[in-house]
Amino acid sequence: MAITPVENQTPTFTAAVVGAAGALAGLFVGTAQGSGLLGVVIGGVLLAIVGYVAPSLTERQKPVRWAILVGFIVAGLIIGGVPAAVVGVLFGLFFGWFAFWIASSRYRAHLAPYLTPKQVLWHYTFRVICGSIFFFLIAPIVVVMPLSFNAQDFFTFTPEMLRLDPEGYSFKHYRDFFSNSEWQASLWNSVRIAPVATLLSVGFGTLAAIGLSQPHVPARRAIMAILISPMIVPLIISAAGMYFFYSRLGLQGSYWGVVLAHAALGIPFVIITVTATLVGFDRSLTRAAANMGADPVTTFFRVQMPLILPGVISGALFAFITSFDEVVVVLFVGSAGQKTLPWQMFLGLREQISPTILAVATILVVISIALLTTVELLRRRSERLRGMSPG
Amino acid sequence: MSDTTDTGPVLAADGTPLKRSLARALRRQKMRALMLIAPLLIFILVSFILPVGDMLYRSVKNDIVADTLPRTVVAIQDWDANSGELPDEPVFAAMAADLKDAASAKTHTKVGTRLNYENPGIASAFRKAGRKAKKFDIENDGPWKEQLLDLNKAWGDVEVWRTIQTYSPRVTQGYFLNAVDMKVGPDGAEARPESEQIYMNLLKRTLWMSMLITFSCIVLAYPVAWILANLPMRVSNLLMILVLLPFWTSLLVRTSAWKILLQQQGVINDLLVWIGVVADENRLVIINNQFGTIIAMTHILLPFMILPMYSVMQTIPPTYLRAAKSLGATDWTAFWRVYFPQTVPGIGAGSILVFILAIGYYITPALVGGTKGTFISNQIAYHISTSLNWGLAAALGAILLAVVLVLYWAYDKIVGIDNVKLG
Repeated sequence: MAITPVENQTPTFTAAVVGAAGALAGLFVGTAQGSGLLGVVIGGVLLAIVGYVAPSLTERQKPVRWAILVGFIVAGLIIGGVPAAVVGVLFGLFFGWFAFWIASSRYRAHLAPYLTPKQVLWHYTFRVICGSIFFFLIAPIVVVMPLSFNAQDFFTFTPEMLRLDPEGYSFKHYRDFFSNSEWQASLWNSVRIAPVATLLSVGFGTLAAIGLSQPHVPARRAIMAILISPMIVPLIISAAGMYFFYSRLGLQGSYWGVVLAHAALGIPFVIITVTATLVGFDRSLTRAAANMGADPVTTFFRVQMPLILPGVISGALFAFITSFDEVVVVLFVGSAGQKTLPWQMFLGLREQISPTILAVATILVVISIALLTTVELLRRRSERLRGMSPG
Repeated sequence: MSDTTDTGPVLAADGTPLKRSLARALRRQKMRALMLIAPLLIFILVSFILPVGDMLYRSVKNDIVADTLPRTVVAIQDWDANSGELPDEPVFAAMAADLKDAASAKTHTKVGTRLNYENPGIASAFRKAGRKAKKFDIENDGPWKEQLLDLNKAWGDVEVWRTIQTYSPRVTQGYFLNAVDMKVGPDGAEARPESEQIYMNLLKRTLWMSMLITFSCIVLAYPVAWILANLPMRVSNLLMILVLLPFWTSLLVRTSAWKILLQQQGVINDLLVWIGVVADENRLVIINNQFGTIIAMTHILLPFMILPMYSVMQTIPPTYLRAAKSLGATDWTAFWRVYFPQTVPGIGAGSILVFILAIGYYITPALVGGTKGTFISNQIAYHISTSLNWGLAAALGAILLAVVLVLYWAYDKIVGIDNVKLG
């Protein structure tokens, strides 16, 4: 949607901007090849020429962009083989788009007409800054994935991987994860502990959240503070306290000890999500149900529960992931028989760092993507039910 | 229609006064709410609050001296430690009798270890005496002063006896003093020598690094929250996934990702070498130090800063900025005088949350912090599982908990616990 009428830029302006970007790219390519200065000059000059001709070619963008792309791939192949050609593809796509983006002033079209050039520049600088912060957020998680297919026991990209050579990739670490008895035992332990802890926290938590959302609750704030405290108290203090106390009760090192501890840690999340859902709950519905002769239990299961179910499920997922991810408490409260997946990862990272961890990490990331999607869908559904969301 | 001449109380349908009837209904409502909350409250109290309270009590608990050396504790009460002279014969005799009992119950090394925390070297005196003590004949051997002095000359040291006297009560402030690098000297509490001061420095470092992490989270989260709040709904929902995915990804996964990225042979160093910024032989050391902890924890805690900021910025109408600009404000003035003050609650909420989470962190500093980048939590874990000085661990934990609770209270005042949002 264009809100500012635009016309093509002058060749000089386009040449200067695209040339500067080319010089920057040339700096990196140049230093990688041994001479930064030469890289800056070559990159700058080549792209300044592209920029200079671009404004006159805005009618025939497609073939020109293809030509630029092919040029970069060939240059990459000559300089450093396949890995450099991959970089060449990225550069080619970017510069092909960038040259015409500048040349045809498309960058200006959807910005308000009264903005000064400085404000336009800041607008895009800000976007770049935000982009790099998003990159910082997501890159560490994404990098782990391809590394987990490494055929070698390295934690970095091998030359084979960079060459996209099938030899460089393998399912070796996944095979190790699925065949190693220690990893399997810890996976099994996690699967045994987390659902039971979740069930406990959801059961108690939902009841209490419904109680807390009643109109007249004495000492509501204090009760809330106590119920949320497991989330706030540093884990190491909770862990130490539970370790001493549970060993006195004979629960330390037992399955139920870990389950109880994890249930306590998951409760704040259930309370928070369920009370948030109950805020939008229309009380007259329960009164209407009662009016029509339903007893409180029927009212709860047939009227209230279906409406707050999305909140309960996302609370349950939070509680599940809390237990599934938890290390500190299980380190103290559990014994070797309750070694969970995070515990095994912690040991693996601290002692002999084995690449199997990469495979485990990738699997866990996939699981969290699945959970995140579920929670998002539930949240939207709940908002739609309450008529709060536009779409 | 007749005028109401009835001046009595308004009655409910069943004939009771309405006021009482309403009060009863209200009471029943309160009871029902409490009944619903009660199971969870009891559960949390038993499985969480009691254990934490029990641990905190350990920071002042000192039963072992009075339990193991009951006679000595009574006998030594009247001794004046500042006189510079050793206690009298009855104290030594009581000690010999206690040692004999303790040695046969094999508890003498425990009390030695306990006192060793306060006066290093005392454990060996107890260990050596314990070996002989089983054969003591309390009635006939004596005098005990000479006997014990013969066994080990530590018994001739006034300081040893002073330590025993100081730590004979069942409640002690010794662990707390230890946790703030002090000890009980002849004239009450005094600072430990410079070389033995560990914990205050560690606490300072924990607070300082948590502040750095909070600050870098603010700096990184502000632009992201702004752009999320100002983009069209469809785009911002998509970008939100990039924030929520790290939030949902296992802490261990993120920590291991950083461990892998930051290694000397890791991806970041490889990339820097490849583009020629650093030479191959002097790769950057960015892990197992403070830098590693700060960068990894900033990444891990960033979503906790973005989400509260985002929910505050979402409520700020964009027209305010436009109004400011149309009244002649420059971009900067409009931002700083109009927009920024409205986002302060979001910054406050996020900062307290991130700070609370940061100072209690254990896993990430333990894995990427090396020795210079560890937090007070790591020292607590060390005292619980390795050095077994549980009292000191409890005292350190109590100090940490006090800091966290003050912040929690502030958070409750500023944001309200009910307003915590997840996702």
